[in-house]
Amino acid sequence: MLDLVLKGKAIKLGDNISTDDIIPGRFAHLRSNLPELAKHVLEDAAPGFASKVRLGDFIVAGKNFGLGSSREHAPVVIKMSGIGAILVKSAARIFFRNAINQGLPVLLCDTDKIGDGDELEIDLTGGIIANMTTGVTLSCSKMPPIMSAILKEDGLIPYIQKHKDFKL
Amino acid sequence: MSKTLAEKILGLKSHSEAEAGDIVIADVDWAFVQDTTGPLTIRQFQNSSFAALASPERAIIFLDHAAPSPAQQLSNDHILLRRFAEEMGCRIYEVGDGICHQLIAEKFASPGDIIVGADSHTVTCGALGAFATGMGSSDVAVALALGKTWFRVPESFLIEFNGLFPKGVYAKDLILYLIGKIGADGATYKALEFGGDSLAQITMSQRLTIANMAVEAGAKVGLFPSDKITRDFLTERGRGGNYNPLYPDAEANYERVIPVNISQLEPMLSLPHAVDNVRPVAKVKGVKIQQAFIGTCANGRLEDLAVVAEMLKDEKRHPGTRLIIAPASRQVLIRAIEKGYIRSLIEAGAAILPPGCAACLGIHQGVLGDGEICISTANRNFQGRMGNPAAMVYLASPATVAASAIKGEITDPREFV
Repeated sequence: MLDLVLKGKAIKLGDNISTDDIIPGRFAHLRSNLPELAKHVLEDAAPGFASKVRLGDFIVAGKNFGLGSSREHAPVVIKMSGIGAILVKSAARIFFRNAINQGLPVLLCDTDKIGDGDELEIDLTGGIIANMTTGVTLSCSKMPPIMSAILKEDGLIPYIQKHKDFKL
Repeated sequence: MSKTLAEKILGLKSHSEAEAGDIVIADVDWAFVQDTTGPLTIRQFQNSSFAALASPERAIIFLDHAAPSPAQQLSNDHILLRRFAEEMGCRIYEVGDGICHQLIAEKFASPGDIIVGADSHTVTCGALGAFATGMGSSDVAVALALGKTWFRVPESFLIEFNGLFPKGVYAKDLILYLIGKIGADGATYKALEFGGDSLAQITMSQRLTIANMAVEAGAKVGLFPSDKITRDFLTERGRGGNYNPLYPDAEANYERVIPVNISQLEPMLSLPHAVDNVRPVAKVKGVKIQQAFIGTCANGRLEDLAVVAEMLKDEKRHPGTRLIIAPASRQVLIRAIEKGYIRSLIEAGAAILPPGCAACLGIHQGVLGDGEICISTANRNFQGRMGNPAAMVYLASPATVAASAIKGEITDPREFV
């Protein structure tokens, strides 16, 4: 089961972070060696990202996060880097679904209200983000119930192992 | 209730009313993976303790992204995929057979099918009226095992094409123009549905190019209604019996209607590093290029090769520009040889690669050097896409790429056609 209260620090990124930014095609030969692949997460778009993340930190980015390829390795390596959730203005469709399928929360909210390094506390049940640095509280838009259910089980594979089928 | 094409297909396949916004569980007709997403799919399938595929004859593995393999790790991934195909009894397409989306179009997709592929350009077969969409490895693993998946029924944008293509302007220019207009996230979670008076003049090859890039505006699918062109395409491939035409209802509800007057279009380009960074070629011409690449699921079809072979006949590539061409499938390559296109292209100085994804995604067969510029018929130009974050990629039609290869700089194809 997923932790429903998350605490961590914001690491800010810009708009239109593509899955090629998250894990470039030139590392395709490492896709069956995830620990090695994860060392290269966001290597070009945010140099030093992998060494900067502390367990539980959040990616806070702009619009259309995760656009491009369907490679599920993108949310996999973000999760492996220690990121606890991704907060964005909007997320590309396939990435959004892939992240939830990996048990990695993607929350849609007004990320302009969060600065780099801000301490955040997130209540996943209520969809509330408390910015402990600024005192501002943000609410995030709801995802379809089936996605919440998959996220609560920590991803699609545990969800299917438990339910054997999709439950609407 | 009047329905869009997206609502119709999802309604039929989920045995429900399927209105935009609903969550439905729909039967999957075809589920596939390719060699860069397949290994994770197989591991997720095995992690779920699934023992068998729902329908092995409807599950397909394609070796196209790193094919032939350039690295031992990728060769080992290929072994994993071949073993899985053998154990599960599913279909597999080998190195040199072609790009997954092209092969799905040639051999499998029909109007009303639901196709899920672990590849974002699965949307290509919307050209045939299939609800074809890209998913990740976990979703496809579950679709392979259960024969179904869940969807949120998308709202639709109606894109209405009117007028005819001017000389030197092609489907690629049209879709680049449209993406520039909508934006890279302008259709996120939506269906693009194509209509208008021009449809009868838009060939299947052009439709595949247009539907292929629907995802570059964020869309979940890009759907064409059925017509004679759809029927002929299926009949010519021995699949005429699969022609079950589907159209949107006349009173269907669209979130947006976007008219496009094709006769007003000019050759267009996507500039680095975003697909929606679109300008007319005429405003960008003169940029020196080191590599020109023609191929991919966007533009590696026979019609594309016909255009460039005609332009490159009796011409030579510029000495400072290498020209790389990869046909989209074995069938495309055979036909291009029969028609003499390949000879013209080789004589013009092209390097012909085996059918597959080739240089598109930076794994092999045309990785760019530091500071190099490539003009490509592919569908993505993100930083690092062609294997080097210090390189730049411009996207254009096959005609624009061919004209640019001749001059060694970005060139308006209307100078040649």
